[in-house]
Amino acid sequence: MLALLLVGDLFRGSWEAIEYFGLGFLVGTTWDPVTQEFGSLPPAVGTLIKSTIALIIAVPISIGSAVFIAFYIPRGWRTLVSYPIELLAGIPSIIFGLWGLFIMVPVIRTIQVWLKANFGWIPFLDGPAVYGVGVLAGGMMLAIMITPIITAISRDILLTVPRTQVEALLALGATKWEAIWKVVLPYARTGLIGAVILGLGRSIGETMAVTMVGGNNFDLPHTLFDPIHSMASMIASEFAEATYSLYVSSLIYMGLVLFGITLIISLLAQLLIWRLSKGEFAILD
Amino acid sequence: MSIAAVNTASAHLATDRRFRLRKLIERVAVGGMVCCTAVTVSLLWIILGYVVYRGGKAVNWELLTALPTPPGDPGGGIANALVGSLIIVALGALMAVPISLGAAIFVNEFPSPRLGKSVRFLAEVLTGVPSIVVGLFAYALIVQPTGSFSGFSGSVAYAFIMVPIVMISTHEALRRVPSHLREASLALGIPVWRTILWVVLPIASRALLTGILLAVARALGEAAPMLFTAFGNPFWNLDPSKPMATVPHLIYTYATGPYTDWHDKAWAASFVLLIVVLITSMLTRAALRSKADE
Repeated sequence: MLALLLVGDLFRGSWEAIEYFGLGFLVGTTWDPVTQEFGSLPPAVGTLIKSTIALIIAVPISIGSAVFIAFYIPRGWRTLVSYPIELLAGIPSIIFGLWGLFIMVPVIRTIQVWLKANFGWIPFLDGPAVYGVGVLAGGMMLAIMITPIITAISRDILLTVPRTQVEALLALGATKWEAIWKVVLPYARTGLIGAVILGLGRSIGETMAVTMVGGNNFDLPHTLFDPIHSMASMIASEFAEATYSLYVSSLIYMGLVLFGITLIISLLAQLLIWRLSKGEFAILD
Repeated sequence: MSIAAVNTASAHLATDRRFRLRKLIERVAVGGMVCCTAVTVSLLWIILGYVVYRGGKAVNWELLTALPTPPGDPGGGIANALVGSLIIVALGALMAVPISLGAAIFVNEFPSPRLGKSVRFLAEVLTGVPSIVVGLFAYALIVQPTGSFSGFSGSVAYAFIMVPIVMISTHEALRRVPSHLREASLALGIPVWRTILWVVLPIASRALLTGILLAVARALGEAAPMLFTAFGNPFWNLDPSKPMATVPHLIYTYATGPYTDWHDKAWAASFVLLIVVLITSMLTRAALRSKADE
């Protein structure tokens, strides 16, 4: 019921823009409130790039931690490590954003200036490094935010792998890592992919932290340092300035697109995790 | 030395080398994983440390009880946002709890397997809806027709965030109630609705409460939906039909603002918010754990 209401309501709100721009909205690269031209391609690209950076950083770290927690830490010590990670997953995104803005961005600025000075000849590193806020900062922020989520879910999935599978391989003389690499990871693959997709969904919909460190500039980025909008940050920062109904309607249209994307991703993740647990519900969060 | 002996020795050497290589790979893998875990865990301490350090310095009694002063004037506090957050979340919970309890009871106690599973599945998917989209939804649903930003529209947004969380945890709790208790009650001739009300719900009550608390903690920290529903308000306001200030939204405004004094207040507000959220989440986890031990 609520889901239908949500979709219907968003459609109603964005109808004016849908009628006016049609599907061209999705590939438009202009955002000009004065001439009433709106297109959503650059923020969509921004979302995509930031989430990709986040996944590249977060996935190896979280799966590594999850394997370590699930197989290497003695049972009694396990909570000592996994408890903080679960707490981390519960911290509101606005606090991540505050921390990112005041603590992480200066660090990233230093790194960016150094990178540009030494590797500036690489095209995508030759950008406005001194801002600090931008594609790289946004991606890092998202990586920090989705790591605990992916870790917690992957750990739960890894713990469902039958212990006997591992023990059989250990008995044949395999080292623990070989057992994990050859048996556990293939066994849990579907579920792990589900966990990663869930993290992806979270990073795409993430608003506050990205608005605070992403730079919020409406142009297609050319380098890793360019400030750029994501779809969510675009909605968050422009909404207060939207003065006429087509403007508002365009932002809601963008929200609808964002909703559609996250819905598909979330469905996919749930199906994967669900299939693994054979109809039992995965308990998330 | 015979040829056979040399062969055996070199075979030994090869096995030995292979074995050492495997040992090395094992060590490298474990080392890598230790690093990963260390990074993940230390992130919490770094973030927590900064919030406690910067926020702890700025937090004081005046901050919690006074109203904001105009920018530039010293002193002042965030009392209006604290109260605003409480009112909006409480209103949201009032809306969300009956809906989600009803839905969970319906799904679990009147089982039509396909319907139940699909409703539950939908709820899982709904937890993945970005909070900013929820905000847009509340905007189009309440703010546009009524023509003004209001605390109430913020509650609707929060309710929408809370419903799937409460519903999922309630459903889990109800599933764990042993069915023989239900059957015993029904066998005594007690009607289904009374069985649910007097037998099933009391047994599951603790888990229900945990679920609600979790949802409230989650909602308390959400800033994105407040941007265009509750909208924020620098003055004292207890009337939910007018714009209201909330703590997470205030953190956003203050953090992105140009004044150092505002930045300090943003840290202080984060400190307060973090403590509330962490305590709630620790309490719920403790409750769930002791439940699991029983």
